[in-house]
Amino acid sequence: MKHSAFSNLGSFLLGGNHSVTSPASPQAHQINGIWWLMFWVCGAAFVLTMLSMAGAIWRRRKAIEVDHARDSRRAAFVALASGIVVVVLFVFLVASAVGMKKTEYIETRNALTIQIIGHQWWWEIIYNDPVPSQIVTTANEIHVPVGKPVLILTSSRDVIHSFWAPNLNGKRDLIPGYQTAFWIQADHPGVYRGQCAEFCGHQHAHMGFEVIADPAGKYEQWKAAQILPAKEPEDDVKRHGREVFLSHPCVMCHTIRGTDAGSRVGPDLTHLASRGTIAAGTLKNTTGNLAGWIMNSQSIKPGNHMPSMSLQPDDLQALLAYLGSLQ
Amino acid sequence: MNPVDTKPIERSATDELLQLAETWREPPGFWGWFRCVHHQTIGKRYIVTAFIFFLLGGILAALMRMQLIRPENRFLGPDLYNQIFTMHGTTMMFLFAVPMMFEALAVYLVPLMVGTRNIAFPRLNAYSYYLYLFGAIMVWVALLTNTGPDAGWFSYVPLSGPGFAPGKRVDFWAQMITFTEVSALAVAVEIVVTVFKLRAPGMSLNRLPMMVWAETIVSFLVIFAMPAIMLSSSMLILDRLVSTHFFNPAEGGDALLYQHLFWFFGHPEVYIIFIPGLGIVSTIVATFSRRHIFGYMVLVLSLIATGFLGFGVWVHHMFATGIAGMGRSFFSAASMMISIPTTVQIFCWLATLWGGKLNIKLPLLWIFGFFFVLVMGGLTGVMLGVIPVDIQVHDTYFVVAHFHYVLIGGAVFPLFGGFYYWFPKITGRMLNHTLGNWHFWLFSIGFNMTFFPMHSLGLKGMPRRIYTYQPEMGWTTLNRIATFGAGLMFIAVLLFLINVFWSRRRGVVAGENPWGAGTLEWATSSPPPPYNFVELPTVNGREAVWDAAPNQPVVRGLRTDMREVLATNVLDADPDHKELMPEPTIWPFLAALATTFLFIASIFTPWGLVWGLFPVAVTMTGWFWPKGKDKVNQEIVEAEDAARA
Repeated sequence: MKHSAFSNLGSFLLGGNHSVTSPASPQAHQINGIWWLMFWVCGAAFVLTMLSMAGAIWRRRKAIEVDHARDSRRAAFVALASGIVVVVLFVFLVASAVGMKKTEYIETRNALTIQIIGHQWWWEIIYNDPVPSQIVTTANEIHVPVGKPVLILTSSRDVIHSFWAPNLNGKRDLIPGYQTAFWIQADHPGVYRGQCAEFCGHQHAHMGFEVIADPAGKYEQWKAAQILPAKEPEDDVKRHGREVFLSHPCVMCHTIRGTDAGSRVGPDLTHLASRGTIAAGTLKNTTGNLAGWIMNSQSIKPGNHMPSMSLQPDDLQALLAYLGSLQ
Repeated sequence: MNPVDTKPIERSATDELLQLAETWREPPGFWGWFRCVHHQTIGKRYIVTAFIFFLLGGILAALMRMQLIRPENRFLGPDLYNQIFTMHGTTMMFLFAVPMMFEALAVYLVPLMVGTRNIAFPRLNAYSYYLYLFGAIMVWVALLTNTGPDAGWFSYVPLSGPGFAPGKRVDFWAQMITFTEVSALAVAVEIVVTVFKLRAPGMSLNRLPMMVWAETIVSFLVIFAMPAIMLSSSMLILDRLVSTHFFNPAEGGDALLYQHLFWFFGHPEVYIIFIPGLGIVSTIVATFSRRHIFGYMVLVLSLIATGFLGFGVWVHHMFATGIAGMGRSFFSAASMMISIPTTVQIFCWLATLWGGKLNIKLPLLWIFGFFFVLVMGGLTGVMLGVIPVDIQVHDTYFVVAHFHYVLIGGAVFPLFGGFYYWFPKITGRMLNHTLGNWHFWLFSIGFNMTFFPMHSLGLKGMPRRIYTYQPEMGWTTLNRIATFGAGLMFIAVLLFLINVFWSRRRGVVAGENPWGAGTLEWATSSPPPPYNFVELPTVNGREAVWDAAPNQPVVRGLRTDMREVLATNVLDADPDHKELMPEPTIWPFLAALATTFLFIASIFTPWGLVWGLFPVAVTMTGWFWPKGKDKVNQEIVEAEDAARA
């Protein structure tokens, strides 16, 4: 009973699906260890300082006269305490250097490399391959195989963003004009949420993503499906939906491989229906949400770069049916 | 020949006093308001203006807390929220914290504490105040017309650059920087000269009050740090107005360079705000322990060390940018090292308390609050110095919690303590004790309720600067607690305002030295006369009032019919020569108007710089042209010197 109250408080203060203290990778475990070391040491330092202050108030508030006699003893205390602080800081410094090395340098030869490009306000994700037809481009959803180090290459198309999935590793800025690299690795299968951490304008608050860690076989399966171009519509409604897509402004920004739509301004929609969320982690990918997003994107994410559309009901239904078929 | 005689105290003749009062009298009437050049007048204006911006910044904070009270709230849209959080940071840093902790306190207190009649360069002082005021009004008018800056108080490029921030919003921000930095630089020069040349005889550097040390060190920080932001904000505005591409990667510019320049200023900025707070703490701890501060030399050296190290830690704001390992480790080490001098100071204060005879009054209560809050903020700061932890919690609410603990703990808690401490000196009346107690406890509880949960929010992954969040993130309850805490702080500050307005007229009359304090501002009436001291004091120890000999001499031989002060030498404050201070004049005000026209016009057209120069040249010439009473006085003094020779 007592224990459960304590753990409830713990999860209230530290829990959740986006928490630094729920590590799911060797890097995040490393950092979590350093955090707790610092928490206890700093907590003790805080308590000792407060006790010393309380002691002074308690003992000296009714003092009859000023006490200079013991100043030399106090000087020894100050020197000793300062010395201890220096030693503790040195320990922290070593922890910092070791932790940095363990979280940032991984020796591996055949890592999976994923390129992540920040956009206002979504993430472009590219699985590069020497063979152009094998390149996979997707958005806001990063699939990785469990237990394998993944090298992330970052850059930005517009302003500075910051890639951060707290369960996996610390954050890394995406800076236009710079390309940097860092590692993530998921220990267990699961969905790990992430979010932009550098202020990037109006919709900084709605710039989420998901890292989906799957067993190797399932990951390969996913990738094989992603390499394929979009499925041909199998009925008239969906064929009409594709027409709607290609004859409206959608085509100015989005790509659907296998059709004439090839613009790279907005997310690649070739396999939209395979993704769990839309609008950069803002909404669950359901037909209703997708309809709301298409018709009213400016009300859901005010200021974002996708204009709200006005479509006839039939056209909208056909478009939704088509987009829903893009597995 | 020694120009100054020192004789034991004897009361000046009444007519001499009347003459002194007439000589230093501030000009009366409406136009007189614009001609004042005395440090007390300008200092009080700085205090009131900066406090008004503290209230305005607080209102913006309250609006943000209202927006974040529940997920996907539609109270403020992203456009308004971004303007508000940008203006909250900008107002608190540039329009409240620096003008209050540095300009206001230094301008009002330093000349009194070193025992002279006015600040050095009093006209520059008046000019600095008007520039600060006009710049602040400009950027607030911009906000109220929905043209408020919206790229953060740091205005990172490219988001603040011409490509992503069209319109004039960011230009107002960059010019606000120009206004406030010119103002701060001017005061820095005045304080350095006042402290080095106008101290009371006997106040050698090793007897300088801690508060004066703090403001002097901060002056040097201002002089070395401000040019970096003048540079970065000027380059930014050039990029925006005349397409220079300093920061445009597409044209060979560099987005990261801006961050280096900004934080090379931005971190020392934290110490510009914090070191005066440390000065207040040393002052109050000594007075209310009723003893000399423990470890004076160590405290002074710690402040100087903090000032130096403050310039070597800026990259810790940029650990997530991907700067290479070894370079980052240096900055990590420096960031930890800078906590050592502050820690040593805390131990020295504790030692002072342990050896004191405590007089637990409101100012000391705020210092106890300071200990609680600042120590916590300092410890989370050490955590942020550790790179792996930093890259996790960087740009989250953990950092928001950390720097509010450090800045409110390190500056606002001592500042409120300082208000209760010096209010009797400035107004002649004590602040009400009961209201003061309510203020302290409500503010302290509200503060911790607002900002403590933010540590958790950061660890639970809530990034900074987001205008809303989604319900499933589990951040709602903690945000709600924070908002209620902000409400308590709001009430606490209201109580303080009521206390100020009530006590100013009805408070208990304070007398010369109600706390039994040791520094020179307490050796004159409350409020001090416009000439500060009837007779300029001499100093016999670190706490001039406590250490005064039974018949401590005073400075005699200064003219009472002109604004004459005594200049002393830098190290030992031995009398050196007499110096005439300028008379009241309207020219600094006119020059500030002309400068304001130049700065604001240049936002709208590059020609503003050309046409704006003419009025500036005219008013500056008017300012420096020898004329009127100043010229007459100068001629009299020169004639007398010649006659003596």
